[in-house]
Amino acid sequence: MSLSEILWVLIKTVLVVSVFLLHVMYVQYFERKVIGHMQGRMGPMRVGWHGLLQPIADSIKLFFKEDIIPSSADKPIFYIAPIIGVVAGVSTLAVIPLWSGFSIADLNVGILYILALSALASFSVILGGWASNSKYSFLGGLRSSAQVISYEIAMGLSLVGVMMMSGSANLSDIVNAQKGGWFIVPQFIAFVVFMIAVFAETNRVPFDLPEAETELVSGFATEYSGMRWALFFMAEYAGMFVMSGLAVVCFFGGWSGPAFLPGVVWFLLKVYSFIFLFFWVRATLPRYRYDQLMGLGWKLFIPLALANIILTGLIKLL
Amino acid sequence: MTLPQLFFTYFAISMTILSVLVVTRRNPVHSVLWMLVLFIHIAALYLFLNAEFLAAVQIIVYAGARLVLFVFVIMLLNLKKEKTEKKYQDQWPVGAGISLLMIIFFVLIMGKITELPALGKYSIEAIQSEGSLMTIGKVLYTEYILPFEIASVILLVAIIGAVVLAKKRIE
Amino acid sequence: MHVVFVYKTTTMPGTYIPSDYLSVAVIIIFAALIGLGAIAAGLLVRPRRPYARKLMPYESGNPPVGEPRYRFSVKFYIVAMLFVVFDVEAVFLYPWAVAYDKLGIFGFVEMMLFIFILLIGYIYVWKKGAFNWE
Repeated sequence: MSLSEILWVLIKTVLVVSVFLLHVMYVQYFERKVIGHMQGRMGPMRVGWHGLLQPIADSIKLFFKEDIIPSSADKPIFYIAPIIGVVAGVSTLAVIPLWSGFSIADLNVGILYILALSALASFSVILGGWASNSKYSFLGGLRSSAQVISYEIAMGLSLVGVMMMSGSANLSDIVNAQKGGWFIVPQFIAFVVFMIAVFAETNRVPFDLPEAETELVSGFATEYSGMRWALFFMAEYAGMFVMSGLAVVCFFGGWSGPAFLPGVVWFLLKVYSFIFLFFWVRATLPRYRYDQLMGLGWKLFIPLALANIILTGLIKLL
Repeated sequence: MTLPQLFFTYFAISMTILSVLVVTRRNPVHSVLWMLVLFIHIAALYLFLNAEFLAAVQIIVYAGARLVLFVFVIMLLNLKKEKTEKKYQDQWPVGAGISLLMIIFFVLIMGKITELPALGKYSIEAIQSEGSLMTIGKVLYTEYILPFEIASVILLVAIIGAVVLAKKRIE
Repeated sequence: MHVVFVYKTTTMPGTYIPSDYLSVAVIIIFAALIGLGAIAAGLLVRPRRPYARKLMPYESGNPPVGEPRYRFSVKFYIVAMLFVVFDVEAVFLYPWAVAYDKLGIFGFVEMMLFIFILLIGYIYVWKKGAFNWE
């Protein structure tokens, strides 16, 4: 590896991540607009044309907010928890192929890399909730860990079918294996299980139990304020983007599409449709109870994902 | 010192320090956090052995699953009581003595190893040409089929054991 | 300065550098810097006026009552232990899935046996009521 290659890696990473973070700000704007319109409101309108500058105003506001650290909190863990979330959330982006042949790191174990880092991301919520030393936060952290132990396996198992179809865990290889048809058709069961597990993994409605603003104030983030609080949500939106990207790569052919648009545009269009789905679900569905959620994960999705693996194996043999 | 040796030295030293930190923290949640850092270091060291799959497994199973279990167990403990109680049991001098003997033993035999074992057919290039998952898959499910099936029985024992132990505790 | 790593045809153990993972290291460090930077940069401009009541944990405006971290149902521990076991099972499936085309019917049968044995445990746990919450 020459120095110029190392330099290229540096520039590539810094560029993609910076664009990505800017985008995260606007996903939040997009969410407020979408949910606003679904509820017959306008969403943000005041700052800039149709509220376009709202995310920038929000970031500046957060910047000037006091960083309150409760006196009974476990300080070191309270400090570090949101940073774990951001690191795990943003660095999953590395393996997502944005267009043909372009990803920050083209790893052989791409799917496992994402599974591993999303496992780490859950620690930020669990530890953040624990360290705050408040009842609401503790319950939020506890619910997050209950979610992890119910959904991570179903998510991993649902992707096994995709790996069987493509014979690889490398995300670019998976996209290339879908030249003859997207995996959404043969892997439909896996897709359903995966999507529902992703909603739980990213703590989004209907599985936003760790946050649950109507019952737990703000759940794990109750005691967080200012920039630390913002980091948690940066991590959540990063997770949403990466998981949508993974769904697009594994089931909807990644960057592929008719040639009149470049690959990256197709990829982003598909990812945004998934992000729209996240918002749509949030505006539509009520929240699950945690015992229903754990029961659903263990009694339905794990057997379903295993059945899908067996079915895929049988079909491939014939 | 070459670059790989430099990395190895860093990992060896920091992993030793991290392990000591894990066992000496008074607050068990701090121990868990250091253990998380330790597991990430172990995973990175696997990468230097070209064992990508093991690195991923290290994070998924150890950091993602086992540490969550540890956090659960810690949440069961009464931390206030834990903090005031004795940190180690009385046998710790014996343990320290044995560890010291082990260190001396390893230092003594380390110099005696002069010849490295011969390279097998799974060289780094061979594995990289088809990917570590594919190589492991092809070897584990053909040559090592018996250990693989025995693993399922061991996992079965673990499942049943967990339920039996927990049920006993409730009653 | 020009850094070049020259590989021989067979890389000897102990001389291998996982250069694919350089970008992973870079993105992890960069993300950590963003996280730390976001908090550190605000240090200069944000107010800092703590007082005892502000630093109390939030409990709907009342002074906190009792211990916030209480013990919870042992059921969680059973499920957490099962999670570890099934996570290991899932890990066995990944290399199998990737190599599935090369393994053929033999691979299918052996994995069915593996899943079947674990299914016995799964059904046992279900019958014992570990997934039921009352």
